[in-house]
Amino acid sequence: MGSRIETLNAGGYRSDGRRQLELRDFIIDLPTVSSSNADGSAVVSHGLTTVMASVFGPREARLRSLTLHDRAVVNVEVGITPFSSGERRRRGRGDKYILELAAAIKATFEPVIQIHLYPRSQIDIYVQVLEQDGGMLQASINATTLALINAGVPMSDYVAAITCGVFSTQPLLDLTSLEESDVPHLTLAVMPKTGKVTLVTMETRLHVDRFEELVRLALLASKVLHAEMRTAIRAHTGELIRAMGGSRLSRVPDREDAPGDDDQDEAMADA
Amino acid sequence: MRPPSPSIPEREFALSVLKQSLRLDGRTPLEMRMPAFRFGPELGWVECALGKTRVVAHVDAKMVKPLPERPFEGIITIHSELSPMASTEYEAGRLSEEEVLLARLLDKVLRRSDAVDKESLCILAGQRVWHLRLTLHFLADAGNILDCACLAGITALKHFRRPDVEVIGDDVTVHPPSSRAPVPLSINHTPLCLTFAFFIDPETPPILDPAQLEATLSSGSMTLAMNAQRELCVVQKAGGVPLPVDEILRLVEVGVQKVKELDVLVEAALQEDWKGRRIEVR
Repeated sequence: MGSRIETLNAGGYRSDGRRQLELRDFIIDLPTVSSSNADGSAVVSHGLTTVMASVFGPREARLRSLTLHDRAVVNVEVGITPFSSGERRRRGRGDKYILELAAAIKATFEPVIQIHLYPRSQIDIYVQVLEQDGGMLQASINATTLALINAGVPMSDYVAAITCGVFSTQPLLDLTSLEESDVPHLTLAVMPKTGKVTLVTMETRLHVDRFEELVRLALLASKVLHAEMRTAIRAHTGELIRAMGGSRLSRVPDREDAPGDDDQDEAMADA
Repeated sequence: MRPPSPSIPEREFALSVLKQSLRLDGRTPLEMRMPAFRFGPELGWVECALGKTRVVAHVDAKMVKPLPERPFEGIITIHSELSPMASTEYEAGRLSEEEVLLARLLDKVLRRSDAVDKESLCILAGQRVWHLRLTLHFLADAGNILDCACLAGITALKHFRRPDVEVIGDDVTVHPPSSRAPVPLSINHTPLCLTFAFFIDPETPPILDPAQLEATLSSGSMTLAMNAQRELCVVQKAGGVPLPVDEILRLVEVGVQKVKELDVLVEAALQEDWKGRRIEVR
């Protein structure tokens, strides 16, 4: 057995060189030219964890029997590519872990998407995990949020997700797979505008007193991710406006009730 | 076959009553149905009932070769299958989404939380270990079958006694229960499961241990598995109505209290049953 990798060394650095509360590189890729038929897609990376989400819809339901008369049906399918992890492992589509992941994503977004606007339709979300290094659910939720916004599906708010763990008494944010197997951790998904929690999952034993600390920390971290997502969406929209000849459009007046419109002026100024 | 959705008068009545913090069966919002235990003649067989919800848990052990990557640990497997016996909404053979989630949660609470010390199940490192099989039979589902199943499972594991084994060098002798008293399993902690259901209307308080109609009308649920040492083993709130953080923390505190009470109940039931048995031959 090789030398043990320290989760958090005496100098306060983690195994990948980050500090305790430092998040991994959060890279968002929204396609300007869509290569597939998807109405919206996004590729999101948290460090080495990369997830791609594609959204189709709202569109006519394939099977009439699966429709609901007053709202849209949200279907989520998750695929984990065999080459995503160190050990090449092929998971069938009926694999319980994958089904659980899909059910979690569906349950997270169903109350957030305004499904009452699209009765008898369906919205399909396909999530593909391309690389996994911890935080798969976190990355999947973030990618799905961005893909839905990219597809123009109306939602009440963003959903930002983050993992949070504790090493003896020290809290850690955004865990890699090495850290996930080592310390008790939880995944939290938050709607940043109201600060309400849509998803909390924890499978490892953790003392109740530590739990409160972790949840509050995760809440703050998700706000950071939310800010990044908003910046990326605004930049992307700004480019689209430019591509459609938007530099000649008159400035849209600032509305106080619209979330985050304060930096729209800057996006327009760049045009 | 999916049961028909509740009729409009049923739905409106139930929701308006819940808004006033009353429940259809007369419980308070955070009151759990009193669990009733029935122990079978053989050790490790327990029937747990939460109101009309009934689950039977049964543990048996056999000696096997351990997994090559874990030569010092025993193996625990949980078998559960939802059949139409539990409720007409479940179909035999087909793996529905609820069944998958139920199986995953049971796995997390009973196996992945390390309730049973796996190293104590080792007889001869690398060659012989105990393989514990926990089988759950869902007899009736009147709401909250998950909590009932976890309760039955952990009680069965605590009730079970495995045959005493003597190892001299490489020689393994299994003593039948008639010659040597069987040995209890080494339980690290007792995880107990609590499920809360939430509703869209913010004025309706969350309820503990939802009955079937309440569960159908709810728009979100949170499952907490905790032990009496104030440790959270599993937290599962997968989507549903978004909740403020303080509400979640408040429910965790409520859960801590309830788990303490449940733990006392389980211990009392086990002691009661133990008194009535004659295991040792004196």
